[in-house]
Amino acid sequence: MSVVDTPAAVDAVAPSVPAPTVAPAAPPGGRRRGSAAATLVGLLRKPTLVLSALVVLVVVLWALVPGLFSGYDPLYADTSQVLLPPSFEHLFGTDELGRDVFTRMVHGTALTLLTTVVAVVIGFAFGSVIGLAAGYFGRIADGVLMRVVDILLAIPMLVLAMAIVTAIGFGSVQLAIGVGIGMIGSVARVMRSEVMRVRQSTFIDAERSMGARDGYIIARHVLPNAVGPVLVLAILDFGAAILTIAALSFLGYGTPPPTPEWGSLVASGRAYLTTAWWMSTLPGLTIAVFVVCINRIARELQNDRSSR
Amino acid sequence: MLYVLRRVLAAVFVMWAAFTVTFIILYLVPGDPALLIVGGDGGVQATPEELAAVRAEYGFDQPVIVQYFQALGGVLTGNLGMSYQMRQPVTELIGAQFGSTFALAMFALVVAVVAGLVIGGAAVYTKSRILSQLLDSLPPIGASLPTFWVGLVLMQVFCFQLGWFPSAGDRGFDSLVLPGITMAIPGAASIAQVFAKSLRASSRDDYVTVATAKGASRMRVFIGHAARNALLPTITVAGMIVAGLFAYSAITESIFSRAGLGMALDNAVQAKDIPMVSGIVLVIAAVFVVTNLIVDLVYPIIDPRLRRPGASKAVRLQRGLVEA
Repeated sequence: MSVVDTPAAVDAVAPSVPAPTVAPAAPPGGRRRGSAAATLVGLLRKPTLVLSALVVLVVVLWALVPGLFSGYDPLYADTSQVLLPPSFEHLFGTDELGRDVFTRMVHGTALTLLTTVVAVVIGFAFGSVIGLAAGYFGRIADGVLMRVVDILLAIPMLVLAMAIVTAIGFGSVQLAIGVGIGMIGSVARVMRSEVMRVRQSTFIDAERSMGARDGYIIARHVLPNAVGPVLVLAILDFGAAILTIAALSFLGYGTPPPTPEWGSLVASGRAYLTTAWWMSTLPGLTIAVFVVCINRIARELQNDRSSR
Repeated sequence: MLYVLRRVLAAVFVMWAAFTVTFIILYLVPGDPALLIVGGDGGVQATPEELAAVRAEYGFDQPVIVQYFQALGGVLTGNLGMSYQMRQPVTELIGAQFGSTFALAMFALVVAVVAGLVIGGAAVYTKSRILSQLLDSLPPIGASLPTFWVGLVLMQVFCFQLGWFPSAGDRGFDSLVLPGITMAIPGAASIAQVFAKSLRASSRDDYVTVATAKGASRMRVFIGHAARNALLPTITVAGMIVAGLFAYSAITESIFSRAGLGMALDNAVQAKDIPMVSGIVLVIAAVFVVTNLIVDLVYPIIDPRLRRPGASKAVRLQRGLVEA
């Protein structure tokens, strides 16, 4: 898993749609599909989707090659440049130590995104296994596992993560674990209902009648057919996970300063709201725009699936 | 009656389980809680006798299973233990903070429901395509805004620039407005989305066509028929967001310097005050369980179709909590 997955997944959606053999057969109001030109036209009709993909791509590049976007050192304090408002030299202004806020935002991206990816992976690994076992084996396994999920869902993600961080300490890895555990419940729910849907199909009965083992059926048939909606949920949850991780880092539970992190960057401007509005406003706005874009892409994928 | 009993039993079970989960998370922590209580400053070295006394006082010398049942017995009698940090009973500390956060959460709930219904309803009711698209695009944006940032921006504009509201404190209605709106935005977004979606679904239903054919005005069909039915799933969502509002009080109370459960939770996490953290987590889980129970019980009252044998399953189906 890498951070690059998100935009790659977006590119993969549109062209991979099989071309209909009979063109006019498309239902009225349905999406135009087919040649690359049609795909391009389809994309141009959705300017916000294209824009969102571009924003996500840029932010991913911030994470991968931060040096490309800023010549400043994110940790270097220049006492002659303290609390400067935004300008072409300092896009987001400078902070109380004379550090360039935009540079700190760009350099904080890798840590924030990595924390989020780890959280999502944890939530999805455990949630999928629980949902798969509950949905496939049913009966007692389903009853017990879904009660566990009910409990996880009874405690809001932010609060559960706060409890876990109390137990295992502050830091980015700890935040990822806390938020990841908080995501298990909703993932398990979706995985379970998908697995139950697939399991009732005739071809599963056919496999079983031919003596296929559970492990084979799960790996070869159930998982590939159930994983789609779960992946869409992963991208939707990615936005929610970033917000939760940033909120926890805002409260000061993440990696301690001076290491830049999105949430703690916003928090560091709290004391300067009246004198240096840019310090928390602009990093916060960037987080908001990024999450709006991630969710725009997730909704597109969701609609794409449900229209099929 | 059987339905009510089953829902209450399920709620009690989730509460017990939530208690057990928080116990497991927080009490199997690596490290010696006695050291935390005696003093984490590091300057003063606690003597072994002091540590032993603290262990005996808090029961850390007992086996884990004994501690678990003692804690469980405590919860059943309303005793959530002693705060490490404050050296006071957690129940009293929470009791002192609950009212403020409850008021804040209820205000935010009202804002979220009103804003959500207005935005979602207007998006469907309006005949202007552009306005409808604009209103439809608001909820996804609202759901994507970082709460902590919204709070800071509102504070900057309405407290420091315009001076309309106090930037800190918890006295009176004025101090409720900004933190309440901050917390309400994600909730309003999900209510608007669900309301608009179910409105669009129910406007295609036969009874809406019948009402229109009988000559009812557009407004009358909308409010009396389509919206009435579309409110049902919206109530489920409203129930779901209540516990989230309590959770997000940790952020808004910290930003707007309001005393309350959220602020207490933040302080307790910072100080590793385990009984306090577990007490507040339990209270928030209880809020979730109780609101869901209320919604479960109110549902058959609002929807006459669900007042029949086997209602339990029917209600949960209708609410989208189980699959057919």
